Amino acid sequence: MAKARVVITLKKTIMDAQGQTVEKALHNLGYEGVQNLRMGKYIEMEVNGALPALSGAEGKDRLAAQLGEMCRKLLANPIIEDFRVEIED
Amino acid sequence: MPTATKMRFGVVIFPGSNCDTDAWHALHDQMGAPVEYIWHQETDLSGFDCIILPGGFSYGDYLRTGAIARFSPVMNAVTDFASRGGLVIGICNGFQILLEAGLLPGAMMRNVGQTFVCKYVNIRVETTDTPYTRAMQKGAVLRIPIAHGEGNYYADAETLAELKRNDQIVFRYCAPDGSITPEANPNGSLENIAGICSRERNVMGMMPHPERCSDPLLGSADGRLVWESLLER
Repeated sequence: MAKARVVITLKKTIMDAQGQTVEKALHNLGYEGVQNLRMGKYIEMEVNGALPALSGAEGKDRLAAQLGEMCRKLLANPIIEDFRVEIED
Repeated sequence: MPTATKMRFGVVIFPGSNCDTDAWHALHDQMGAPVEYIWHQETDLSGFDCIILPGGFSYGDYLRTGAIARFSPVMNAVTDFASRGGLVIGICNGFQILLEAGLLPGAMMRNVGQTFVCKYVNIRVETTDTPYTRAMQKGAVLRIPIAHGEGNYYADAETLAELKRNDQIVFRYCAPDGSITPEANPNGSLENIAGICSRERNVMGMMPHPERCSDPLLGSADGRLVWESLLER
């Protein structure tokens, strides 16, 4: 079994209205140094079975490819979002 | 007001749809058209001429609006139906589902003002070359309600150029006099876009709710023009 994390954010080229609102709120709290705040989604999951060998670099690459597929198909909308995949060692 | 048409409508119900009954009421009670409900697990759409994906919060809007609904069994059938030229109209959440399914180009984002907007707006008819707007006048202004938190339409520059080139922008948010202004844009949509159609023109998505204004008792009957366009042939 492997543990994986997926982080999804709006593309840098797209205005993140939610992020801007939160950033302004932090400024109002006195944290004026905060900038370029981007909101996103965080997904964590455990994966087992489907992949023969998850150990070693090869298994990890294969799992990363599969997670990328999951992001493009469902977890993220590639038109507006970027995603990042992390696999726990 | 029964019409002589034989066009058969189907209204899809996803878990979380909540405008299905309004659509049924508009078509059945107001337009006198034959209409049936279609459960989201249905895979056979034979016998229908026009499928309506209604508004609501399918699958709780989890992940992204429409993201889960697009994988409902019925959506494979809707995709096949559309590819054979069948008429498909997505209203509000239905529009979001069509975008996620790739049946229409672009994506929907959170309203720029961060709030759920529920009010009457004005939209301008940008093209009458669709089965949904042919009974309208180009440039006409319709008074019609919106109710959504994620209606901020986005498309990249290339997609937008293509939409324009192919006359696929169907409705734009406008001022009462028909002018397209930032103030008339309720959600930050690119170029005030409120509705678009597919290149083949048989699939249309719109954020405003024609089914909620098809009865003069409800304050506006401008939505009837969509149904009249469909029933005209």
